[in-house]
Amino acid sequence: MDASSDAPGDDRLDVKAKRLLDAWRTPTGWRYWSAVNNSEVGLWYVVASFTFFLFGGILALLMRIQLALPDNDFLTADQYNQVFTMHGSVMMFLFAVPILEAISILLLPEMVGARDLPFPRLSAYGFWCFVIGGVFVCGSIFFGVAPEGGWFMYPPMTTEYQTGVGVDIWLLGLSFIEVASIAAAVELIVGVMKCRPPGMQLNLIPLYAWYILVVAVMILFAFPPLIAGDLLMELQRSLDWPFFDASRGGDPLLWQHLFWIFGHPEVYIVFLPSIALIAMIVPTFARTPMVGYGWIVLAAVGTGFLSFGLWVHHMFTTGLPAISIGIFSAASQAVAIPTGIQLFCFIATLLIGRVTKSVCLLFTLGGLATFIIGGLTGVMVAVAPFDYQAHDTYFIVGHLHYVLIGGTIFPIVAGVYYYYPAVTGKQLSEKLGRYAFWLMLVGFNVSFFPMHLSGLLGMPRRVYTYPAELGLGTLNLISTVGAFVLAIGFVVFLFDVLRSKKNQPLVARNLWNAGTLEWLGEVPDKPWGVRSIPIVESRYPLWDQDHFVEDVDAGRFYLPDAEEGLRETLVTSVVDAKPIQCLRVPGPTFLTHFAAIFTGGVFIFSTYHWYVAAAISGVLAFITILVWLWTGTAPIPEKQDKDVGRGLTLPIYVSGSKAVGWWAMFITMLGDMTAFISLIFGYFFYWTAHDDFPPNGSSGPGWIWPSVAMLTILLAYSATLAARRWNRQDHAARFYGAIVCGVVLSIVGGLALLYGPLAHQMDPTAHVYPAIVWVLAIWTALHVVLGVVMHLYCAARRAAGRMTARCDADIVNVTLYWHFLLLTTAITCLVIAGFPMVAK
Amino acid sequence: MSFLLIGDHSQSTLDPAGHGAAQIADLFHWMLGGGVLIWLIVVGLAVYSVVVPGGHRPRLTKTLVIGGGAVFPTLVLTSLLCYALAMLPELHRPPPQASLTIDVSGVRWWWRVAYRTGENQRVETANEIRLPVDQPVEFKLTSEDVIHSFWIPALGGKVDMIPGRETRLKLHPNRVGTFRGVCAEYCGTAHAQMAFDVLVMPQADFEQWLRGQQRDVSEPSGPAATAGRALFHRKGCGACHTIRGTDAGGRVGPDLTHFGSRLSLGAAIKPNDADNLRRWISRTHDVKPGVQMPAFEMLNRDELDSIVAYLEQLN
Repeated sequence: MDASSDAPGDDRLDVKAKRLLDAWRTPTGWRYWSAVNNSEVGLWYVVASFTFFLFGGILALLMRIQLALPDNDFLTADQYNQVFTMHGSVMMFLFAVPILEAISILLLPEMVGARDLPFPRLSAYGFWCFVIGGVFVCGSIFFGVAPEGGWFMYPPMTTEYQTGVGVDIWLLGLSFIEVASIAAAVELIVGVMKCRPPGMQLNLIPLYAWYILVVAVMILFAFPPLIAGDLLMELQRSLDWPFFDASRGGDPLLWQHLFWIFGHPEVYIVFLPSIALIAMIVPTFARTPMVGYGWIVLAAVGTGFLSFGLWVHHMFTTGLPAISIGIFSAASQAVAIPTGIQLFCFIATLLIGRVTKSVCLLFTLGGLATFIIGGLTGVMVAVAPFDYQAHDTYFIVGHLHYVLIGGTIFPIVAGVYYYYPAVTGKQLSEKLGRYAFWLMLVGFNVSFFPMHLSGLLGMPRRVYTYPAELGLGTLNLISTVGAFVLAIGFVVFLFDVLRSKKNQPLVARNLWNAGTLEWLGEVPDKPWGVRSIPIVESRYPLWDQDHFVEDVDAGRFYLPDAEEGLRETLVTSVVDAKPIQCLRVPGPTFLTHFAAIFTGGVFIFSTYHWYVAAAISGVLAFITILVWLWTGTAPIPEKQDKDVGRGLTLPIYVSGSKAVGWWAMFITMLGDMTAFISLIFGYFFYWTAHDDFPPNGSSGPGWIWPSVAMLTILLAYSATLAARRWNRQDHAARFYGAIVCGVVLSIVGGLALLYGPLAHQMDPTAHVYPAIVWVLAIWTALHVVLGVVMHLYCAARRAAGRMTARCDADIVNVTLYWHFLLLTTAITCLVIAGFPMVAK
Repeated sequence: MSFLLIGDHSQSTLDPAGHGAAQIADLFHWMLGGGVLIWLIVVGLAVYSVVVPGGHRPRLTKTLVIGGGAVFPTLVLTSLLCYALAMLPELHRPPPQASLTIDVSGVRWWWRVAYRTGENQRVETANEIRLPVDQPVEFKLTSEDVIHSFWIPALGGKVDMIPGRETRLKLHPNRVGTFRGVCAEYCGTAHAQMAFDVLVMPQADFEQWLRGQQRDVSEPSGPAATAGRALFHRKGCGACHTIRGTDAGGRVGPDLTHFGSRLSLGAAIKPNDADNLRRWISRTHDVKPGVQMPAFEMLNRDELDSIVAYLEQLN
């Protein structure tokens, strides 16, 4: 194909296409950085994640230099401990999770033929939070104050014995990034569920999107327990509330549970998206649809579920009873089965198809061969008796790197080779790619294979040195040499990616002759994503649907025009992808930067206990986010409906469960509830593990004030429902009346919540019991405050004419929030007031 | 591969000297064999699918997915689980009532060891554990600060030491020898240097040693050692260390009553000889960064020699 006929210059476009292009044009000059479109933010996200990856890699090389020889003194003990802590934390929090979100933000809309994700500004906000938090955390190592508690931060070492700022940097800096990760997860879930093209029913979704849906849901349920744990640990560090202090009823094991309820799913959160890339690459190079689509989807969902039931295998040596060890041992092995199914589906596809060889496939196969070793050693360590020996040794270091580098890094590199042409219009060198592959594969195995043996010979993890007499020197030297070969492989890869390709011709459109929608993109790429949003009838529409590309390019499908000059994309129903809304998405802004900077300020200033600065920053962040919501969300359109093409007319404004905003609120609140339930888990964990919980003589917060709180919040909730109803009926006076009632009742309820423990003089530093009661009360009270803000926001929106009887998304979403708030309040009151009576 | 395995094997799980470790090493060898076989088959199949260009029958491949992906792993994993979990009860079962019981607590970054010698009678030592061969022994494990993990690779698996809890571990050595135990849970700065010596000895030798441990120290002999004892007390060493039979009764640091008989110093990081001990006392933090003991740099050469002479006599 001749490139020029595929990519006409702007002057040859018809008037509709020009309008569309204008609406989606990327800002230029310094305003480029105000872009929020997925193709810009996604690309920045990828570049930033890879930068952190390189940083983490350099830390790894420093460790390998230190361990090359026994009794080496290249790094001091404290330096080494900072370096290994940062290596793990950076790779997990600043590379592995962000890179999957980055790739998904970049590619997911293209895969489902959407113009953008539903909340582009949320992606941009998440990205800037990530950059600020990441630089803050990484920067600490240059001042020698980096965290040195390991990426798992076990108390009481990190609560009572490491008093420097390092642990706070870890807790607050990474919590900040976890919030950004959850924001991206919300975006991706809504993206997969609501922004698919018409006709793309659940059974036609590209496998990548299925995997991302599973992974985003896992993030939603896995990160909040860690955030809850972070909150408890930070409260102990700054206010001396004894959550993990055994001498005051606390328990260091609670942290381990919360950390690994996050930490084990985390492994699959990192691994599944990379398998998702393989699931896109394999059919393309096998020239045949994926075998066992349904099996793969079930296996991915199954892996996601199982991964939440395995966390205890990180705690086999904590002295648990044999029965729990047996159960978790079995569950840990069971997860090998869905993984096996996925691998065999890939192999079967390759067997059926006629394989075209390429560097992508090389990295895919190299990754699989490596990953299978990691999987097999994983089965070994899931066998509890063997884990008693292998746990916390270099055997585990070997195992986990086989899983993560084989299962994640190699597929990501394959993905870069695969998608590079789609993003840049240029191809990477097959020759350099082969060099990079063999350097990486050989270097990796030379480095990590001997670690299994050094572990079995008794080398524990996280040691900055080892004595010569143990005979571990040769193995470690080999590992170090391998690590440098691996690093050279990455340098070759990086050179290929970054080298100037000015003189290289543009690639043909759909270079690999793939069948999925992301290959509709023209070369060079247009900011509109697709010329028109197609009707999809197949898993591989580019292969199966006749004249598909021509019809898309000729604007014969939906939304080929932007008459009003606004950015628009289609919203469809969750199951059968019927079009239900023409969604207007917001364009470039700097508001997200300010919001991210101020949010960052809250976390960063708190690290140094500059609470006044943190409070000011918090207020500014709050105001910025309110301005962003006020100006950017749910604007009332100039007309109700719009012709989106092919004779279909869709509403521009919808509210309730049809609207993406409603889904975003629902999903966010699921995450919020998960964090809350983690705190409740803490309460009952103390009760089951300790006889002195609640301690004798403690009356708890009593039942009166929690009951008052429960009752008033219930009334405030009813007022919220009434407000929604009267707004819909356009009874302005009653609406405002209900809001005022809601606000007053909420304030009373919030104060009553706090007054219970206050009136009973519960001292949160004395024992863990008052501390956890206070945490639950404060958590709930803060949510009540947010509920009040939402009430006032709705009243102001209506007063300003930005919310009407018909366009009522604001109050509908606030009501949804209040459903969750009512549930939170009910659980809190029942637990803090009711439970002590039962427990006696 | 044997050229890689130079060294004394004193910390190896593959050269077991106890029942638990031997069982687990067997388990590992079975899993290793099975793992290699599975890897060869799966990767062989993947390579074949790429190298031999395609067009295999779809029916066959579907059997492959169900058979290879679901049925085969289920069978293999179930058998593995049965074999491995059957080991658990024995590994977890406490030894008979009258067995030797040793209390070990982890302290940053050393080990407090106490043998229960009778009703409410304990004899304390540190950083060295001696065991009788062919006798089960019960360890009661606690921590005095952060989480540690008690691990003697040659004898069996590890168990964590957690503040506020007592965990337990049964070991059953079956070969006489000298082994090394380490802390397996990262516990801060000097985690890498928190080890201990394990001596498995014939029953009679063990009993003799334990009787020796129960004795208080006798008077130092020779002028250097006598001067050393005086200096030891004058410099306040007794505030942290106990030497039974003297005024030194500190509990913060390791018990030194029979220090001279121990194989190593600094939690098994250097052989226990006069040169190392001199360096340990005067340049403590160079030997072991982060250690709680202050360095006694102010001691002159004579003072140092006399303290060393005194301590080396404590056996």
